[in-house]
Amino acid sequence: MLERGEVANSWRHERWDSLTLLTPNWLSRLPGIGYDGSDPDGYMSSAEVAELIASFAAVARAPLRTGTEVRSLRRSGDGYRLRAGDDEIQADTVVIASGACNLAAVPALAAQLPAGVLQLTAHAYRNPDQLPDGGVLVVGASATGVQIAAELQRSGRPVTLAVGEHVRMPRTYRGRDVLWWMHAAGVWDQRHDELDDLTRARTLPSPQLVGTPARATLDLNALSALGVELVGRLASVRDGQALFSGGLRNVFSLADLKLERLLDFFDEWALSDAAGEQFASPERLAPTLAPRSPRLQLDLLSGEIGTILWATGFRPDYRWLDLPVLDAKGNLLHDGGVVDSPGLYALGLPVLRRRKSTFIHGIEDDAREVIGQLTAGLAGSAAARLGGQGGLDPAVVGGVDGHAGGGDLIDPVEHVV
Amino acid sequence: MAIIDNGVNVQALLDARGVLVDAPGAAQFTWRASTKWEHGVHSTTRVHNFFGLGEEQSHKSESVFDADHPAVFAAEDNGITPIEYLLVGLTSCLTAGVAAVAQNRGIQIHSIEATVEGDHDIRGILGADSDVRNGFNDVRVNFKIDADASPQEIEALVAQSQKRSAVFDALTNPTEVTVTVA
Repeated sequence: MLERGEVANSWRHERWDSLTLLTPNWLSRLPGIGYDGSDPDGYMSSAEVAELIASFAAVARAPLRTGTEVRSLRRSGDGYRLRAGDDEIQADTVVIASGACNLAAVPALAAQLPAGVLQLTAHAYRNPDQLPDGGVLVVGASATGVQIAAELQRSGRPVTLAVGEHVRMPRTYRGRDVLWWMHAAGVWDQRHDELDDLTRARTLPSPQLVGTPARATLDLNALSALGVELVGRLASVRDGQALFSGGLRNVFSLADLKLERLLDFFDEWALSDAAGEQFASPERLAPTLAPRSPRLQLDLLSGEIGTILWATGFRPDYRWLDLPVLDAKGNLLHDGGVVDSPGLYALGLPVLRRRKSTFIHGIEDDAREVIGQLTAGLAGSAAARLGGQGGLDPAVVGGVDGHAGGGDLIDPVEHVV
Repeated sequence: MAIIDNGVNVQALLDARGVLVDAPGAAQFTWRASTKWEHGVHSTTRVHNFFGLGEEQSHKSESVFDADHPAVFAAEDNGITPIEYLLVGLTSCLTAGVAAVAQNRGIQIHSIEATVEGDHDIRGILGADSDVRNGFNDVRVNFKIDADASPQEIEALVAQSQKRSAVFDALTNPTEVTVTVA
């Protein structure tokens, strides 16, 4: 296993200070390591996640090389050649587990912003003290955007939040964590080959959730109550003016309708034998409250806005991959983690095999199946070579950190333009 | 199960989507119109040809649209005002979208009626107040839909139709416009 930094590197070095997981502790488990602390319904901090992954690394005892960044991966003979750190490594098979959240995805219009406004990505954001005084325009309203918007508003900076399509969820529903429902009702186990629109499932923004002791809902109504000003999707920047879409009400309707359908589904499941227990009464959330006349433009030259915070998603970094296995948008082409290049596999990408693929507890089932195919493939090619040289020699790029790579808080490319 | 038919060939649209994913060049369309001044603020605009799927295309016949202004603008009212054409575009686009989305979702439509209102402060175009914009301040569309579907499903049709509407997008988001003189 090759890890560019240390075990759980991105959890140690690439998260903002206040971040907690979206999944409750009881669900944040890895094979052989369940939660045995005193707060099963709480949410781990980044440091606690790093600890969890480090203890898994100790239990798993996989051969691990830390501080070894993979600089290139290319085809070589029947296998692959990796340039890793100062070494060249030959491998029969390779598993890419470097995750989908290596880089901040920032829209092209960022280049047109006036120089006087500080631009910061969610990847580089740590806490409100990093920002100059004055207003903040947070672009993107998935988990990342709503959490940072709330934190900055509470720090005394007036926040304007540019909202595109989003996924609304209450933190708890009928007395249970909403992610308990996703888990129990089988939503997360839905398989990639059963979904109507896999492309859409793979680019779905992360739900508007935050993990706090109060288990509070952090939807757009909660942000409005905090004083955050909601505007439409950032559509363009012209002459120092940020221009927002006039379609804000419709993204509210889309999210409210989808939430209704999700809750209807939970209610239906609650009546089934599979549920097998009693729950509190069904609830419905108030519709997302539209501002009376949302602003369509914001003067970025007036000094009102000191910082623009891009919470516009993350993207994978495959610059080291010298293989023709990416689509036109730079995503890895694969079928359930099997890449169209013999012996090359992937783990920990959005809906790789199931909706839960990028969640910490979700990797296990995918890993069993993908590694099952990998070993079957190796056995096949070894047999074909009649026991020739080479042997079983897989390499895993990304180490024990990559698969989690922020998956729990993914904003898979929320398009802002 | 009854056959759902809203008259929209969704299969053809889905097939086209499938093909165009790998052939973005063919997806590039250019729509055209030519306008000729008649008299006063009256003009006629003709629409016939367009470009798409890699070649010149044309409608089966030419359409001609008169634009003018009503008597309260001291004009002859030979046709609707240009800004009303935007309303025509918006509701016809959204209505087509509702029918198409319903077809794709297996929902039989019996009737769709849409009304649209656009609030317009004409002090902008008259130059009476430089703080007033020229265009609409607010546009409201209301749908009445009779379909074999729950109210929630009907709302979802209308929401999805906005999400995929060319004219809704063109009205709610800025577009680069270049005007030249030959």
